[in-house]
Amino acid sequence: MNTILKTKKITPIISVRRVTKNFDGVRAVDDLSIEIEKGKITGIIGPNGSGKTTLINLLTGMIPFDTGSVFVNGSKELFKIKAYDISVFGSTRTFQDVRLFEQMTVLDNILVVLTERNVASALFEKHKKFHNQKAKEVLEKMGLWGKKNELAVNLSYGQRKLLEIARVLATKSDVYFLDEPFAGLFPEMVKLISEIIKELKQQGKTVILIEHDMSLIRELCDYVFVMESGNLLAEGEPKEVLGDKKVIEAYLGE
Amino acid sequence: MEYLIHLGILFAIYTILGVSLNLVVGYTGLLSVTQAAFYGIGAYATAILLTQTGIGFFTSMILGVILAMSISFLIGLVLSRFRDDYYALASLGFNVIVFSIFLNWQDLTRGPLGIPGISKPDLRFFNYDFSFSSNFSYLILTIIFAVLIYLVSKFIVNSSFGRVLKAIREDEKAIQVFGYNTLYYKLAIFVISAGMASVAGSLFASYITFVDPSSFYLMESVFILTIIILGGLANLRGAVLGALIMILLPEILRFVGFPSDIAAQMRQVVYGLILILLMLYRPKGFLGEYEI
Ligand SMILES: Nc1ncnc2c1ncn2[C@@H]1O[C@H](COP(=O)(O)OP(=O)(O)O)[C@@H](O)[C@H]1O
Ligand SMILES: [Mg+2]
Repeated sequence: MNTILKTKKITPIISVRRVTKNFDGVRAVDDLSIEIEKGKITGIIGPNGSGKTTLINLLTGMIPFDTGSVFVNGSKELFKIKAYDISVFGSTRTFQDVRLFEQMTVLDNILVVLTERNVASALFEKHKKFHNQKAKEVLEKMGLWGKKNELAVNLSYGQRKLLEIARVLATKSDVYFLDEPFAGLFPEMVKLISEIIKELKQQGKTVILIEHDMSLIRELCDYVFVMESGNLLAEGEPKEVLGDKKVIEAYLGE
Repeated sequence: MEYLIHLGILFAIYTILGVSLNLVVGYTGLLSVTQAAFYGIGAYATAILLTQTGIGFFTSMILGVILAMSISFLIGLVLSRFRDDYYALASLGFNVIVFSIFLNWQDLTRGPLGIPGISKPDLRFFNYDFSFSSNFSYLILTIIFAVLIYLVSKFIVNSSFGRVLKAIREDEKAIQVFGYNTLYYKLAIFVISAGMASVAGSLFASYITFVDPSSFYLMESVFILTIIILGGLANLRGAVLGALIMILLPEILRFVGFPSDIAAQMRQVVYGLILILLMLYRPKGFLGEYEI
């Protein structure tokens, strides 16, 4: 790869240092080291099963890593990450297999990420006006305000994806991990979400985007990591990486 | 009339048990089968304190609640390591343990002989002495407690805390990602629920004036679980309706006229059948907002 690019001075908001994750027999992430630049949109691409989702799961405390360490948003060196700590580090995420609070209303799906974290305070808090305003703002943005009293489980696939985006927008985060947010969506919805991702960047947020559509990667991303079998196959700016023979082969060989 | 009052008292007590268990099972999604243990702890606390010390009923109730909450805190810590079916099994194990303590700690509980002669509460308001010795006044007392506990539960489920409980039920890992340390939430609701069950136990002990371990056996936990599955999980009114049906059911069965020597067994069979039929045909119960 282009060594000049790699040594380019960046301000990393996330550093992954030699992280490995095994699932009995499968090495999903293999001694991986990457740095993600603050305020940029970073794409993670690679064939199915190459470890993209696992990487995000590791960085958001969904599963523990076997070896290695991580720095997130000015944290100390972390050897394990608890899921409930990642919001302290300013991170939030969506899930490839959309994970909503199914038997709760659309509105409650948003309110629940806005209210008090502390048990005692939460017990004596009902959601307040500013919670409602924030929920209304993000649901209107996604065109879901009219559905606010419906149970999440009754939404269509596309609406479910949008509700997940609304939920992360409701949080005050610095880092947004989006795992295939466009998958299976109609063009208008794709447009809506890509506009939102651009807006996040304008606000100085960091976005980590897993995506298979190369034209979207080209349009949105400042930098791309290509994964294969838990390893880094290539990295660089989209126009370079997407023309790389190795990368094209990895995708065609799928 | 006396008999209706009797049913009313049982209804109020089981409303407390159902509502409190619904907080854990219906709202938080933790399939606990140990509510009878905390019910028993409250009953024994009142039985022992009223028969062996000069402590009054209401003080015994408060001490029972504190004891039940402390023990449930420890049990809840252990249970937090389990999920789903294993949670149910482990919780059931705790019911068995607490039951065998009632049965075998004979110096304290008199074991299978039970503790008789538990008195009814007295209240002293300035110069007025008020005794709950008549069943009617006791009915009023139990209803007051049932209403209080219903209102507290309503406050809990309508709070931000209550919304988090439901999110834990739906997807615990996902709500953690949004900054909630769910262990504290699960422990808190488990402990609150145990305290409420203990109140029901104190009311029961003083009403029946006698406790023995048999009232707090595993079947009792299953009975309380049936109440909320029948009435509806994650719905407080469902727990009340469930308690009503389950209290009236034996009366209805009486009309069916099973021979008296097998009536008790038949009741168990009917409870079992109800559970199975519900799971098959109406997993949400009558008013449920959530199914297991
Ligand atoms: N929870 C899990 N248990 C076992 N194997 C897993 C688990 N999650 C992922 N894997 C395996 O790890 C590898 C990487 O998967 P994943 O990270 O989902 O890939 P991607 O998101 O790039 O498609 C795959 O071989 C997958 O089968
Ligand atoms: Mg994936």
